[in-house]
Formats: sequence, C-alpha cells, structure tokens
Amino acid sequence: MGRKGVETLVGLFVLLGILAILFLALRAANLGNFVVGETYSVTARFDNIGGLKVRAPVKSAGVTVGRVKAIVLDTNTYQGRVTMELEQGVIFPSDTSAKILTSGLLGDQFIGLVPGGSDKNLEPGGEIKLTQSAVLLENLIGQFLYNKAADPPDARTAAPTK
Amino acid sequence: MRLVNALPRLGVRALDVLRGLGHATFFIVDLLRNSVSAVSRPFLTIAQIHAIGNRSLVIILASGLAVGFVLALQGYYTLSRYGATASLGLVVALSLVRELGPVVTALLFAGRAGTSLTAEIGLMKAGEQLAAMEMMAVDPKARVLAPRLLAGLISMPLLAALFSAIGILGGYVVGVLMIGIDSGEFWSQMQNGVDAIDDVGNGIVKSVVFGIACTVTALYQGFEATPTPEGVSEATTRTVVISSLLVLGLDFVLTALMFSSPH
Repeated sequence: MGRKGVETLVGLFVLLGILAILFLALRAANLGNFVVGETYSVTARFDNIGGLKVRAPVKSAGVTVGRVKAIVLDTNTYQGRVTMELEQGVIFPSDTSAKILTSGLLGDQFIGLVPGGSDKNLEPGGEIKLTQSAVLLENLIGQFLYNKAADPPDARTAAPTK
Repeated sequence: MRLVNALPRLGVRALDVLRGLGHATFFIVDLLRNSVSAVSRPFLTIAQIHAIGNRSLVIILASGLAVGFVLALQGYYTLSRYGATASLGLVVALSLVRELGPVVTALLFAGRAGTSLTAEIGLMKAGEQLAAMEMMAVDPKARVLAPRLLAGLISMPLLAALFSAIGILGGYVVGVLMIGIDSGEFWSQMQNGVDAIDDVGNGIVKSVVFGIACTVTALYQGFEATPTPEGVSEATTRTVVISSLLVLGLDFVLTALMFSSPH
C-alpha cells in the first residue's frame, strides 16, 4: 500500500473516531438539549428547594421553557435563591408563580411555572414572588403521624365502619 | 544469620526498584522532549496510527458490540425487578462512557498494540538496528519511539469513543429491537442522565491518560529488553502485565478524582 493509501485509511479512522465522539456528546449526552439562542434570567426564592439541581428543567404546562442556572442560599432570608434562564420568546406575567415539582414518584425535580393574570410582564432579572417549596417526604409523613395522633381514639376505630 | 542476610537483600531490592523508577522517568522525559520534534514529520506518526489504530479497529468494534449486548441483557434483568426498564439506556450509556469504554479499550489496546510495539522495538534492538541508527547520528527515540507515542496518544481516545458508541448501539439493538423497550424512553433517559462534559469529557480524558500509560510502558519495555529471543518474549509479557495493572490502578485514581466530588 502506498503512502496515499495509508494516509486515506488513517483519515478515515480519525473521522470515524470524531463521529463517535460527536455521537456520544449529541445523541447519548445532553449537549443537543441546551437552550439555544437568547435567554433572560429571573430569580425565585423558595423556603426549601428539596432535591432541585442546577440544569434542572423549568417547565410551564409541561413544556420545557428554560433551565435552572444557579442555586444559592440567600443569607438575609435563609431561603434558597434559584436563578433560572428562560427562552427569550417566552414571556410570563409578573404575578407568575413557581413550584418545585417531581417528575413521577422517584424522578428528578423541576420547576413548574404557572402564569398569573397580570397585565405587566416579568422583566428580565425580575423575581417571581409567589413560590411553593418542594414537598419533602419526611415532613409529609411527620404531618400524617401528627394528625393521626391528634384524632380521638374512638374516631380512629369508628371512622372506617361509618 | 539468615536475618542478617535478609536485611541487605531487602535494601538491594528497594534500591533496584528506585533505580528502575528513576530510569523509566528519565526515559519518559526524554521521549516527551523528542515527541515535539516528531510533529514536524507527520507521516511517521500517520503510518503508526495506521499500524496501531486502524488495525485495532476490528477487535475494538467487535468487543464494544459484545459488551453493549451483554450490558443491555444483564441490565434489563436487574432493572425489570424494580420496574425501571426505561432506565436501561442510561445504565448502558453511563457504564460505557465512564468506565468500560476507556478501561476495556485500554486493556485490549495493551494486548493488541502494546505487545506488537514491544516486540518490534525489542527485535530492532536485538538486530542492532537501533545501534546502527545511533551510528548514523539518528536518535532512535526521535525517529522510532516518538511517532509511536504520538500515535498511541491519538488512537486511544478515538478507539475508546468508538467502543462506547458501538456499545450503546449494541444496547439499543438488544434493549429496543429485541426486548422491546420504548425507543423514546431509551434515548431520553440516557440524554437526561449523561452529561456531555462530566461523563463524556471525563471519559475522553481517561482514555488519553491510558493511551500515554500503555504506549510508554510498551515502548520502555521494548527499548530496555534484553536483546535475545527470551528477552524480547519476557519484555512482551511484562508489557501486558504492567499496562493492565497500570490501567486498572489509574482508573481507580481517576474515577475517585473525577466522579466522587459532591454536586
């Protein structure tokens, strides 16, 4: 095989390798899912962010409209301050509320935005005032046990037979 | 009396090990310095990429496909107990991209390409070709060893990426086409769980490190082989043993450094 042939085969090999890396980055990983194009950021403060992570999706009506950019503790209020990047074309009213939701029973957490009815729009860099924290399983169980204990003893046994 | 003899023997052993390490370090530094000049003659490197990259392609692709098949079958068996078969794509992709791709490729590379490098250079030494080069004022490190190091450095990440990619396709064939998991769930769970920088990028960094380790080991063993048939055969064996242990040890260290930090 001549020099040209070897060079061609090596070129082919390198090309295949680069295609494999691209396949891994774009098809197997999430590089293709980045919010492309212009974004604007808004913040929201939550009493408890639960298991929310950076890069978690921000959804409205189930449609992904942005991603979580940063999560820090606000030392003035001791709340978690979440910065989100929303797609430029998606505009929300200024009284939009944000909830931390879970996809499925064991899935990852994401932020759900529910638009309000205000005439004014949420400005870039603005803050979402109405927030609802993540539901913690421990608190839920704690509340349930507390309610059970608070019930009068006869109500506990009598309730199912009524 | 025995105890008195044992102590100096231990000392001799320790000094031998230290001397060997120092020798290898000087060899590596010398080799790296010569690699810079090897860039100016690219065809030497291209010919070596053909020898150790292109020719390893068949075994890498076949092994990757087989590993992907088995991962999917085995992963499905475990995941179906928890009703989480939709995560099969994620399991297959993460294990391949983070660990199996770089490590198994490096082990195969040591067996397929490392041995041939050691044997070739050991025989060059036994046939006094290296000495003849030195007589002609050609530095064998620059002319023979450096292009091989560069070729190993370039080939390994590409081979590891091909291994992982074909493994994921193998997992797709078994998981989606044969077992019948939903294709959308297979890919979307994978894309949600695999990070382009943290997982794919670190996997590539790993394979670059393994490429250097395996190639340097093979070259050193060949270059320092006793120039006899037995010497070359011993050196070839040592190449495989040392490269494999080095890859496994380095993998543990790299995994601990890359993936154990809390997010």
